[in-house]
Amino acid sequence: MTEETITPVPAAVAAEEPASDVGELSQWQLIWLRFRRNRLAMGGMVILAIMYLVVIFAGFLSPNAHDTQNLDYIYGPPDPITFVGPNGKLGLRPYTFATTTVLNQATFKWDFEIDRNTRIPIQFFVRGDTYKILWWRANLHLMGIAPPDRLYVWGADSLGRDMFARTLVGGQVSMTVGLVGIALTIFLGSVLGTISGFFGGTIDDAMQRVIEVIQSFPTIPLWAALAAALPNVSESFTMLHRYFLITVILSLVNWTGLARQLRAKVMSYRQADFTSAALVAGASNARIIFVHMLPNAASHIIVVAALAIPGMILGETSLSFLGLGIQPPMVSWGALLRDSQQVSTVVQHPWLILPGIGVVITVLGFSVLGDGLRDAVDPYSI
Amino acid sequence: MLNYIIRRAGYALVTLLFVAIVGFLIIELPPGSYLDFRLRELRTLGGDYSVDMIKALEQRYGVNDPVHVKFWKWFSNFVQGDFGWSFQYERDVGELLSARIGYTLMFTLTSLIVSWVISITVGVYSATHRYTLPDYAITLFQFIGLSVPGFLLALVLMIFAQRTLGMEVGGLFSSRFREAPWSWPKFVDLLGHLWIPIIVIGASGTAWLSRVMRGNLLDVLNMQYVQTARSKGLQERKVIWKHAVRNALHPLVMVFGMSFPAIISGETVISIVLNLPTAGPLFINALLQQDMYLAVTFLMFLAVLLVVGNLVADIVLAWLDPRIQFE
Repeated sequence: MTEETITPVPAAVAAEEPASDVGELSQWQLIWLRFRRNRLAMGGMVILAIMYLVVIFAGFLSPNAHDTQNLDYIYGPPDPITFVGPNGKLGLRPYTFATTTVLNQATFKWDFEIDRNTRIPIQFFVRGDTYKILWWRANLHLMGIAPPDRLYVWGADSLGRDMFARTLVGGQVSMTVGLVGIALTIFLGSVLGTISGFFGGTIDDAMQRVIEVIQSFPTIPLWAALAAALPNVSESFTMLHRYFLITVILSLVNWTGLARQLRAKVMSYRQADFTSAALVAGASNARIIFVHMLPNAASHIIVVAALAIPGMILGETSLSFLGLGIQPPMVSWGALLRDSQQVSTVVQHPWLILPGIGVVITVLGFSVLGDGLRDAVDPYSI
Repeated sequence: MLNYIIRRAGYALVTLLFVAIVGFLIIELPPGSYLDFRLRELRTLGGDYSVDMIKALEQRYGVNDPVHVKFWKWFSNFVQGDFGWSFQYERDVGELLSARIGYTLMFTLTSLIVSWVISITVGVYSATHRYTLPDYAITLFQFIGLSVPGFLLALVLMIFAQRTLGMEVGGLFSSRFREAPWSWPKFVDLLGHLWIPIIVIGASGTAWLSRVMRGNLLDVLNMQYVQTARSKGLQERKVIWKHAVRNALHPLVMVFGMSFPAIISGETVISIVLNLPTAGPLFINALLQQDMYLAVTFLMFLAVLLVVGNLVADIVLAWLDPRIQFE
């Protein structure tokens, strides 16, 4: 491509360039600088990083495996933790209290009673249930108490399974649905949005109608209707298939927002001098799109994507809560919260809604992160 | 203006036609629908009666027809108000939905109005009192409101109401009024049950709209005409409400089209938790049971509502700001 060779900058002009001690920052460095000044957004990023680490090491951090059933501890309450030792002094070693079951004479049900006199020391780095971290098998747990007793920091569910472990493992699904979904959204949204904005005319009109049709459905009912068409988990249709198709459904509805924004961007870039220059230099359409337009729009794509993640996480949670998303035995925050759909059950066992904390923190984290990114992408404003 | 309205209405009609196609596809999507199930059941039963039934059902829903005929059968019936049969409830879909859709509209519209009033007030306050303690507190609440899913908020409020206040929440009436005829105490009881759903349904919308309002107003407050108004010695109240707020409202009307679907989306899930007699729980249940004519009719109803709502928002916006007509 000889047409594209740029004539070298004359030496005289080069000499007037700022001296090197002034330093030059790239667009991305400027964005990062601005982003770092936003304490709220930085906080959101740190919290998210911690959350991802926690859910990756879920097996190690929780005292029990998430699927170990304990029929002696059905709907067992959270074990209280104290730092006051048996001698009545505040120390460093945490203790929990023994729980006993008492037959309630009025309801004829087994109630749990916490025995405030018997302290059980909590041990660190104990061997227990086997779990998996990525591809690794291990049985070392951060905390635990001497067997046969088990430590339930967040209580137990209808089958006596550890709610804390289930919440952490559920996070593995809920916190990745948004990321996988957003990857698909970025792909669909940027391809279709760019085509629509670049070529205009009939293609653009058709695309805009399609987007309008998709946007004329309220999201959760449309997601629910699409998810209802998925077959139930079976031999040929595994949990992983279902998980993947749920993310596809979420992004099938979600790409429209990104496509619209990108279309507007690409349309304005078409008028820009750099596009005309590239055209005159004989660049192909593909080259203009991929080398000139998309890198310019990259920061906006990232912002729109970051702001769309919370919606996807909430979408998965709502779908699974309704029984249309992730289904047992796979766990996600929404699937866990499904157990609390019966209000009478939750009122008696309020710890069943604890997985909701995960949803709130993650969504909050992504919201402030996205907000901070949006403020940071325009580094030249003050 | 008339030209603009006609053009917009034309777009809306085209959109509605495509919406209908999507609705039809959703009916056809599930592998084993209730209709197939019923047909199989009738075939195994055998007998003259069953054969007649099968024929009637096949004729009505065009089971053996090519796709376009099938679509046309469904579409023409739909437009004429015959939405199909709910195989799960053994009743007419139109009849089932009409009993509940009134409540859906009541809850969503009330929540919408409440959330607009609150968000405009709160948005104006936090924009005029920027970087003060209340503004930070409002911002915090806005972020929380956006990140707590509606059904979770509903659950937390219900647990709180039941455990600490000892109130029976959920449903529309207390158990003693459920079967009673309408009376003043029953109405008061209804009002007592309404506030939780309305708060919960409107929460995320309010958080979002007040955030938008704050941003808009902050932009407008920097405009020169606001400065001019101040320099003329107008009262600050008049500057804010007569000059700034009026101009900051346009984008809010524009997002009206978006806030309505969001509210209906939330309402669908929240009604299940709060045990409200709206169409949401009926819809989700129909989906779980693959009772597709019932589910899709509700979905279509929402879509039609939104398309019409957007049309109205467009027209209102064009009336507020005549420049839009010529874009």
